[in-house]
Amino acid sequence: MDNDRIDRIIDKYQGKPSSVIQVLIEIQHENHWLPREVLEKVSKKLEVPLSEVLHIVTFYKTFSLIPKGRHEIHVCAGSSCHARGAQRVLDRVQDVIGIKPGETSSDSKFSLEAGNCIGCCSLGPEIVIDGKHHSRIEPDKVEDVLKDYH
Amino acid sequence: MNSAGELQALRKGLLSKRDPNKPCIAICAGTGCLGPGSDEVISAFESEVKKHSLKAKVDIRATGCHGFCEEGPNVVIYPEEICYTRVTVEDVPEIVSQTVIGKKVIDRLVYVDPNTGEKSVHQSEIPFYKKQMRHLIGNNSKIDPKSLDDYLALGGYSALSRALFEMSPEQVLEEIKKANLRGRGGGGFPAGSKWETARNAPGDKKYVIVNGHEGEPGAFMDRALFTGNPHSILEGLIIGAYAIGAHQGFIYTRHDSPQLRDNIAVALTQAEEYGFLGENILGSGFNFDVEVHLDVGIFVSGESSALMRSIEGKAPEPRPKYIRTAVSGIWERPSNLNNVETWANVPQIISKGYAWYTRIGTEGSKGTKLISLSGNIVNTGVVEVPMGTTLREIVYDIGGGIPNGKKLKAVHFGGPMGGSIPASLLDTPLDFDALAKLGAPIGAGGMFVMDEDTHMVEVARFFLNFLTNESCGKCVPCREGIRQMLKILTQISEGKGKEGDIELLEEICEVTGAASLCALGKTASGPVLSTLGYFRDEYEANIREKKCPA
Amino acid sequence: MSDILLQIDGKEVEARAGMTILQAAQSAGIMIPTLCHHEKLDSYGACRICTVEVETRGRTNLVAACLYPVERNLVVRTRSETVDKVRKMILELLLAHAPEAPALQELARQYGAKGARFEKEPSFCILCGLCVRYCAEVKKKNAIAFVDQGAKREISFIPEIASQECWSCKECFPLCPTSYLQAAYFLTQGLAFPSPSSEPASEE
Repeated sequence: MDNDRIDRIIDKYQGKPSSVIQVLIEIQHENHWLPREVLEKVSKKLEVPLSEVLHIVTFYKTFSLIPKGRHEIHVCAGSSCHARGAQRVLDRVQDVIGIKPGETSSDSKFSLEAGNCIGCCSLGPEIVIDGKHHSRIEPDKVEDVLKDYH
Repeated sequence: MNSAGELQALRKGLLSKRDPNKPCIAICAGTGCLGPGSDEVISAFESEVKKHSLKAKVDIRATGCHGFCEEGPNVVIYPEEICYTRVTVEDVPEIVSQTVIGKKVIDRLVYVDPNTGEKSVHQSEIPFYKKQMRHLIGNNSKIDPKSLDDYLALGGYSALSRALFEMSPEQVLEEIKKANLRGRGGGGFPAGSKWETARNAPGDKKYVIVNGHEGEPGAFMDRALFTGNPHSILEGLIIGAYAIGAHQGFIYTRHDSPQLRDNIAVALTQAEEYGFLGENILGSGFNFDVEVHLDVGIFVSGESSALMRSIEGKAPEPRPKYIRTAVSGIWERPSNLNNVETWANVPQIISKGYAWYTRIGTEGSKGTKLISLSGNIVNTGVVEVPMGTTLREIVYDIGGGIPNGKKLKAVHFGGPMGGSIPASLLDTPLDFDALAKLGAPIGAGGMFVMDEDTHMVEVARFFLNFLTNESCGKCVPCREGIRQMLKILTQISEGKGKEGDIELLEEICEVTGAASLCALGKTASGPVLSTLGYFRDEYEANIREKKCPA
Repeated sequence: MSDILLQIDGKEVEARAGMTILQAAQSAGIMIPTLCHHEKLDSYGACRICTVEVETRGRTNLVAACLYPVERNLVVRTRSETVDKVRKMILELLLAHAPEAPALQELARQYGAKGARFEKEPSFCILCGLCVRYCAEVKKKNAIAFVDQGAKREISFIPEIASQECWSCKECFPLCPTSYLQAAYFLTQGLAFPSPSSEPASEE
């Protein structure tokens, strides 16, 4: 965790309580998770009650209060992907890695999310890993795709 | 730039430097084409063109979404408008030598209609494109979203110039009202009325907002339009701000689309450089600035009052609309929120006039509509049709019908807040009121097509599961009611339903519809009630026969 | 201070501009049930049990009485078939979480709500928010927060603040309709309050 970089992000918005969500987004992108101490710092410097900060970070799914894995896997669970068999793909991913959506694997390799429609319905069912799209994927190809990640 | 005259001169200068006969290779860089590797195709073209020393003689343009996502990567060669689909890196050298230089068509890369076997060489001949009316998205294949010059060359910002120098704010407002532009985000509310309420509301600090959240699953047309042609929305926003008297705008968009964020940021910087944003726009004396805010991945923050709370820096909990946000919105100031597509309609209404606009569409729904086609359909992608087009035309003539020889069962509009229409009603025209009457309000325009193997109880269950995860949790009817409905639907779809379940579902629907705080809770009953309305026999069969269809 | 004349349950009621239907009704002695309302706090509109029927400009709507502002010639009905149906179901949904809560049971009797309608999930908290809002708006200490969203929403004491403030205050305790609040406090105290020995030594 790079404290300096995080401090610089927070200082940019010091004293601006309405920017709390933007600050948290930037730190989440930078650090991939939000430790408690960081939340307390944000609360103090942006003058937002800690209760409100906690409400916000637990409200949105994008914020993670636990360290994420090195690779973030997102399985699209939108209506079109669902109709094209996304549930079977998700089941296979869970089998291979051994974690459920919202969790991180014990070796910190993977974090899994199964969520909102990514908006690439022509590519479904789809897995996005670290921003790279693996489109029109079938359950039996899942293991091949995942073993390339270390 | 400091005057309308300077803008005209700039545009003329740009056009004089552009040779309409110069070959241009337009490769779609929308997300649907990036997935199958269009970025590699773009690099391949760049190196191939360099290899032939043609860099100065051939333009390569990475454009926004063309709409034909199923057939990507899509490449269009201008000026002939030759369209190649499913282009791979290996195809690139041949395309450059044969088509760009040799002016010959490569037969194997041309689109073949899977239903008729017919080949279409030019983009406008392809059935998918032929039946569309691409007023909004048509320019996507002709411009580089990061180039303001490209937008200007096609006539961009001439509507703004007309509004600022030839019309008063009241006249702009009148034009939009007479055009009967209705909101494209799901509400279908007359934009002109909303603008007028905001304009007349007391207070001198007013806001205009672009709702680029697009959280409806299966809807991706806003992203396609905004990423591919950000200035069309920006121009509409500035015109609206002028009509309402707002000097501050907000763009609220998704955080998980880096390409969209980039393109918006570039567009805003360039607009400011050229004098379309900031102080004294084009020398008119009108000031306007725009801030970008990102959503953090939850559906409810697309609801206008929740979105405004998010801009204020609070958790996006919706507020009851007893006092309209157009009167009291962000920080209790008049705030006019409109969807991306609604704003994109504004420049053409101002340029071409309300009379031209009202000739398109039906009595109550004017203009064109962007539709995201997805599900069990051959041609997944973004299409644009005039209001009034029948659903049958969209599914079969443009969408290419149902894959794998299956029959159509139903079409769903509005995502989790909408409803399903059975195949028997396919001749319904695309129209706000006609679809709402059938219990399937058009929503944002995401059209989800379902074939004969679909189980309608499962569809309702899917959408309710989505809503359970997206409810903010503040009010009892939504938080508790939706959860209980999900339980019942899950049991029914697993063959564990019992007598009385349907009646209980209907009762919960009545309460959530009546007493929920916001539209999410109020319309959650949509998928349930519409599937119960048209497919009640499936529910009853599941309960009676205790069978699990999956 | 313009007087606004409206009609509640057939009775003419005088109200002042800025009042809500709930306030107007209370001033006229007309009872509308509430669960998340408190006169010292901003109206919240979460429990929806104060839902009433209003008729304005020829249209009938269902609104939350604690939030809807009074209007001239507004016609309000605090009981009707739909209103009663809404209240009955809200109670049944909440009774699944807090079957023994006295406030709920009292209202359940009035509206014929059946406690066993929905499968019990005794989380005990009905998420009225009285505790969170009292601490934020009246005491301004923000020792309790709402966390998580949707069906997973719950209240959570912030150990660092609660350990300093709550024991000497406890003003929110009697507000809780289900007594879950006290249990939550003691649980937090037992499991999460920072212990005195773990406090850092004085820093330079």
